[in-house]
Amino acid sequence: MKVTLKIWRQPDSASQGAMHTYEVDQVSEDMSFLEMLDVLNEQLNTQGEDPVAFDSDCREGICGMCGLMINGQAHGPEVTTTCQLHMRSFKDGDEIVVEPWRSDAFPVLKDLVVDRGALDRMIQAGGFISVNTGSAPEAHSVPVPRDDAVRAFNAAACIGCGACVAACPNGSASLFLGAKITHLGELPQGQPERHSRVVDMVAQHDHEGFGGCTNIGECTAACPKEIPLDVISQLNRDLRVAMAHGH
Amino acid sequence: MASSLDPSHSTATNQPSVQVSDDAQGYYVPGEPLVDPRTPAGPIQDRWTTRKFENRLVNPANRRKLSVIIVGTGLAGGAAAATLGEAGYNVKSFCYQDSPRRAHSIAAQGGINAAKNYKEDGDSTFRLFYDTVKGGDYRARESNVYRLAEVSANIIDQCVAQGVPFAREYGGLLDNRSFGGVQVSRTFYARGQTGQQLLIGAYQAMERQVAAGTVEEFTRHEMLELIVADGRARGIIARNMVTGEIETHLADVVVLASGGYGNVFYLSTNAMGSNVTATWRAHRKGAYFANPCYTQIHPTCIPVAGTHQSKLTLMSESLRNDGRIWVPKNKADCDKDPRQIPEADRDYYLERIYPSFGNLVPRDIASRGAKNVCDEGRGVGPEVDGVRRGVYLDFSASIERLGEDAVREKYGNLFDMYQQITGENPYEVPMRIYPAVHYTMGGLWVDYDLQASIPGLFVTGEANFSDHGANRLGASALMQGLADGYFVLPNTIREYLADGPFEPIPEEHPAVVEAKKSVEDRVAHFLSTNGTRSVDSYHRELGNIMWEYCGMERTEDGLKKAIDLIRSLREDFWRNVKVLGTADSLNQSLEKAGRVADFFELGELMCVDALNRRESCGGHFRAESQTEDGEALRHDDQFAYVAAWEFGGDGALPVLHKEDLVYTAIEMKQRSYK
Repeated sequence: MKVTLKIWRQPDSASQGAMHTYEVDQVSEDMSFLEMLDVLNEQLNTQGEDPVAFDSDCREGICGMCGLMINGQAHGPEVTTTCQLHMRSFKDGDEIVVEPWRSDAFPVLKDLVVDRGALDRMIQAGGFISVNTGSAPEAHSVPVPRDDAVRAFNAAACIGCGACVAACPNGSASLFLGAKITHLGELPQGQPERHSRVVDMVAQHDHEGFGGCTNIGECTAACPKEIPLDVISQLNRDLRVAMAHGH
Repeated sequence: MASSLDPSHSTATNQPSVQVSDDAQGYYVPGEPLVDPRTPAGPIQDRWTTRKFENRLVNPANRRKLSVIIVGTGLAGGAAAATLGEAGYNVKSFCYQDSPRRAHSIAAQGGINAAKNYKEDGDSTFRLFYDTVKGGDYRARESNVYRLAEVSANIIDQCVAQGVPFAREYGGLLDNRSFGGVQVSRTFYARGQTGQQLLIGAYQAMERQVAAGTVEEFTRHEMLELIVADGRARGIIARNMVTGEIETHLADVVVLASGGYGNVFYLSTNAMGSNVTATWRAHRKGAYFANPCYTQIHPTCIPVAGTHQSKLTLMSESLRNDGRIWVPKNKADCDKDPRQIPEADRDYYLERIYPSFGNLVPRDIASRGAKNVCDEGRGVGPEVDGVRRGVYLDFSASIERLGEDAVREKYGNLFDMYQQITGENPYEVPMRIYPAVHYTMGGLWVDYDLQASIPGLFVTGEANFSDHGANRLGASALMQGLADGYFVLPNTIREYLADGPFEPIPEEHPAVVEAKKSVEDRVAHFLSTNGTRSVDSYHRELGNIMWEYCGMERTEDGLKKAIDLIRSLREDFWRNVKVLGTADSLNQSLEKAGRVADFFELGELMCVDALNRRESCGGHFRAESQTEDGEALRHDDQFAYVAAWEFGGDGALPVLHKEDLVYTAIEMKQRSYK
């Protein structure tokens, strides 16, 4: 099949960007979306035009490196990562608009590549359990109820791709934040730092310029790992309790 | 018999081997034998304890005066950065991705082994050690493997304390499963995403140290050269991948935790960016490269769909527990709907050839079986370059026996993944699978302390060669990465650092100037070549050569042919590659060009190593060395050694140093799966 691509091109973060139109022929439905862009880039290279820069690494939906706005949807029309989206989700003659993640907190570095360092800095603010190597007790010394372990796991499945931020009309990172708060807060090992964690991470979230959550739910709809919206309720609850305890 | 299971035994059970064949004559220069000066003596179970005591300590007040560069942020690099940061050293951590959390350890599915013996099923440190040496086909250094098994239990404690959400039983205790054909249940797991959860644990521990100021992280930075000054590794040259700036970073010691080199095959289960550049640049500066030909090829991957394919996706080999592998008996049936092919016309070839293990034969046997039937023209699925490369993995019998719901319960996420990629529903149509390159056991040679042949250069995880011999057991890669990063390296690097801080070296030092200039020259070369072919097209062609001649089955003639093909393709690459864009901006073609340039040199060395090793062992199968039944045949009398290759110089032959493998705690045995 043949598709028409409208792609955001921007040489670097200081320059203005613009949409450019390209056509790609002989697209097979078995290609992933990113393989289709690989084909475009081979074409551009041959023509002497700078290939389109985009991020990807594992290409199996787990590293969280890839992420594009495709026809206005984070990761495109399916509930998956951009690398796992395949061209059979499109049809011959389609026009596809491709943009970088939309968020002031994720500045564009080039074309479709953005800087998501803000997510790392939120983890640095408190997204961990303080345990130095070698000081851990025997693994079976603290049993964890299975349901708690399952809920922690479901929240820990977050891959940090930033789709939730890109999809949110407010540019909020609350789903990412709620996922970490829930993951560590569900486990007995995470209790000692539970209050300070939520307070510090929320402060960093706001400092980075992410917007507030107004429970629209676009984040969870766009999440390739289907992190549920209730992690944000957990986040709000933990924050309330921490503040009530004087944090 | 006593010696085969007696850990306290400390006399040799085998003689050093003497190589008679010399297939690689003319392709290498023999070098001095290599003796690891750091392997401890004494009974195997005491060696690590002894070494930890012997290695000098660094006073906490002195640690903040010492600096460590760590390249790579996967399990081995991330865990080491966190641990050395906690200890108070100044750590600089580098990764080419946009965040340390993206490293490819994240993609490991199955689990992590540890000798906890929670199931009381007879597991022990010694049994994990024994299984690992045997699984590696007796080509690993036993002292290292024993230490790996010994620290495995500590890893689980550490990860649980960090909040890694391992699978648990209803009583709240950790669940285990059996994995990769071993008879004990020692594998800890977090659904099919164990690597992700372990990596997030190490990443969070590292980010905590970033906040504490002990670790400084450099994301979107790629190491392009090692700085060796006055005989010691003292730093790296890295390119800032956003601004293009070529940066010099100096330290007291350098750690490479940069992963494996499976992408030399172009198509593999590695991430797109996984590359050999960090270790290869170190090799060119004097670090020996050990056993480069040892490649693990995983049998259960989704087949290639077309020439556009950019990577291959692994599906957990647990699928082989309930799926039956077959191809049509007749070539004429290969393009038919498999459901229309009657039972009598199907060849369940693994069950036929290996009646006792059937579909559960080890990875290399299952892989070679698939290759053989496809070479015969009985493969299924789309034709790519004129050949159908795929075999059926059929769940219809299990669905009939257990019901679709039970199969969904066990394998639902894998079936969904398969359907997402292929567009076919495996509940209705048999899956198609084909082997793919998955892991490389070879890597930079290191001594017992994980130090390379350049003083001050340490190598951990998949980037080194040390623990898996000629083949790696399932769920052991994660174990090694975290063992090295959390427990081994922090206890060995202090012996080296006890002599520091070393004399600071200025940026005008000739070694720094030379390293920086060579990087700048390479960048300038690629951008000024103005050729006609893209980097990817060269990489794909190199990958085809490697897969054809240095893949699942290797022959003397094929390897010699491959070396010629690689040499002429490499020459063309340097003259005719086309890289657009500029040096001072984000330029992904330029990044790839540097990596492919190094893959060319590595690919040739892999072929030379495979050519020299005229035996079949683990992941390395030489057609000239098989039993009458077509099984792999080792030659312990000739090849029970580590092949450590020294870079001979541009245009010169590599130098082969041999480290004899002499076992004291076990005896070597030939395996059989019939």
